[in-house]
Amino acid sequence: MNINQLLQHALTGISVGGCYALIAIGYTLVYGILRLINFAHGDIFMVAGYFMIFSFAVMPFPVAIVVTLVGTTVLGILIEKFAYSPLRQAPRMSVMISAIGVSYLLQNLATYLFTALPKAYPAIPGLKQVIKIGDISTSLVTILTPIITILLVVLLLWLVNRTKIGMAMRAVSRDYEAASLMGIKLNQVISFTFAIGSLLAAVGSILYFTDRMTVFPFSGSLPGLKCFVAAVFGGIGSIPGALVGGFFIGICETVIKAIGLSTFSDAFTFIVLIVMLLIRPTGLFGEKNIDKV
Amino acid sequence: MLKVENLKVNFGGIEAVKGISFEVKEGEIVTLIGSNGAGKSTTLRAISGLVKPSEGRIIFEGSDITKIGSSEIVGKGITLCPEGRRIFPDMTVLENIKIGAYLRNDDLTNDIEKCHRLFPILKERENQLAGTLSGGEQQMLAVARSLMSRPKIMMLDEPSLGLAPLVVKDIFNILKEINEEGVTILLIEQNANMALRLADKAYVLETGTIAMQGSGKELLDNPKIKEAYLGKKN
Repeated sequence: MNINQLLQHALTGISVGGCYALIAIGYTLVYGILRLINFAHGDIFMVAGYFMIFSFAVMPFPVAIVVTLVGTTVLGILIEKFAYSPLRQAPRMSVMISAIGVSYLLQNLATYLFTALPKAYPAIPGLKQVIKIGDISTSLVTILTPIITILLVVLLLWLVNRTKIGMAMRAVSRDYEAASLMGIKLNQVISFTFAIGSLLAAVGSILYFTDRMTVFPFSGSLPGLKCFVAAVFGGIGSIPGALVGGFFIGICETVIKAIGLSTFSDAFTFIVLIVMLLIRPTGLFGEKNIDKV
Repeated sequence: MLKVENLKVNFGGIEAVKGISFEVKEGEIVTLIGSNGAGKSTTLRAISGLVKPSEGRIIFEGSDITKIGSSEIVGKGITLCPEGRRIFPDMTVLENIKIGAYLRNDDLTNDIEKCHRLFPILKERENQLAGTLSGGEQQMLAVARSLMSRPKIMMLDEPSLGLAPLVVKDIFNILKEINEEGVTILLIEQNANMALRLADKAYVLETGTIAMQGSGKELLDNPKIKEAYLGKKN
């Protein structure tokens, strides 16, 4: 493999990693607030793909993008309202089972409504444009993905650490009761968290599917699981952790494919999960156990 | 100002509070004392909307707040400084102070200064993570945080818990100061001695009912109280 090929693969890996990071953040945020692994997150990502396909068919692309982002955000909030919020007092296991239920519901609903055949993802003008840097040729979306990802993460970190709603999110993630004694409305903060997570998944979905070019009802399940691994790898609950985890999984996967072991690339991701859980269950940047108050 | 009428609260299958009534008048320091499991914390938690009473009414400034959520109750001017301090350990001291004013949108400079005046140590430790403070400092932070919502009435759940006697004395002095500045105080304590000295009015809770009431001084001199709560034999 020469240096150009290497760079080419590195670029692809970083790009896939960026998409993974955006989805992984959704897992991490929701886990931070509700201590829930939102197994429906990957399917929200898939539905965002369909939103784009259908809105693109009838409106100009900038509007379609906005519709996709808003639609996915609303979907995330609604899922929380109907499937998780009634279980606020229930054991965590029940909420997780509900999440798995929502995941199957979305997959089967999509199969029923749109059939299981892959649908072509629209080409957003400009995004697939080929760019040549030296001997490497790549599309604009590949370069754009990591940039957008990092920008969004910086924005998100600012939101969480510097704004009032971010302060409320941190308070709620630490102590529900103390937070409500400050006058913080739990449901508001939780909805907001789901909104951000789903919005980022929608952005990720636009970038990811533009590259893959098709969407089918199960296209969210494997990326969803991989991003869950990315979040656990980075330390679930930590935003920088999700970013690093996303890039790590994306790059490793691409490298493994590049050296001709495509069949094993998914297996590798889950080996990462198992190894991480065995050696360092809290992940790279995970919170240490400070349950003692 | 605050009136509790025939309050009953179920807690984990048992009736923790079995129909108590008491009143807190504006500007007073009122204390509820009693042993573990007497229902003191549950009463405060019911007033601040964290648990829903099964019966009875809670009236604040003439309006019924029994069924209102905790966020709105804070907005009405009732704040609870919870048992075990419950500060946010991974936020800085300053952030903890600011989050107390979550519902306010006006300028906080004066209020923060006031907190720093009452508790100078909090200014020194402003940028430190709250989890690194000592127990006494955390309690001070919890009191400061509660003050930031500009409460009309401040409820404190065992502020002396686990603290050295000298620190407890400091905190009680500051509570007095806060009260003199016009904040009504409802205090629950196991440290009956300190609480009764501070209080204008006191209620003794025993297994969910009010067993006795009177002014702080009356109860301090009451032989039964002396024996049961102050550890003195007549």
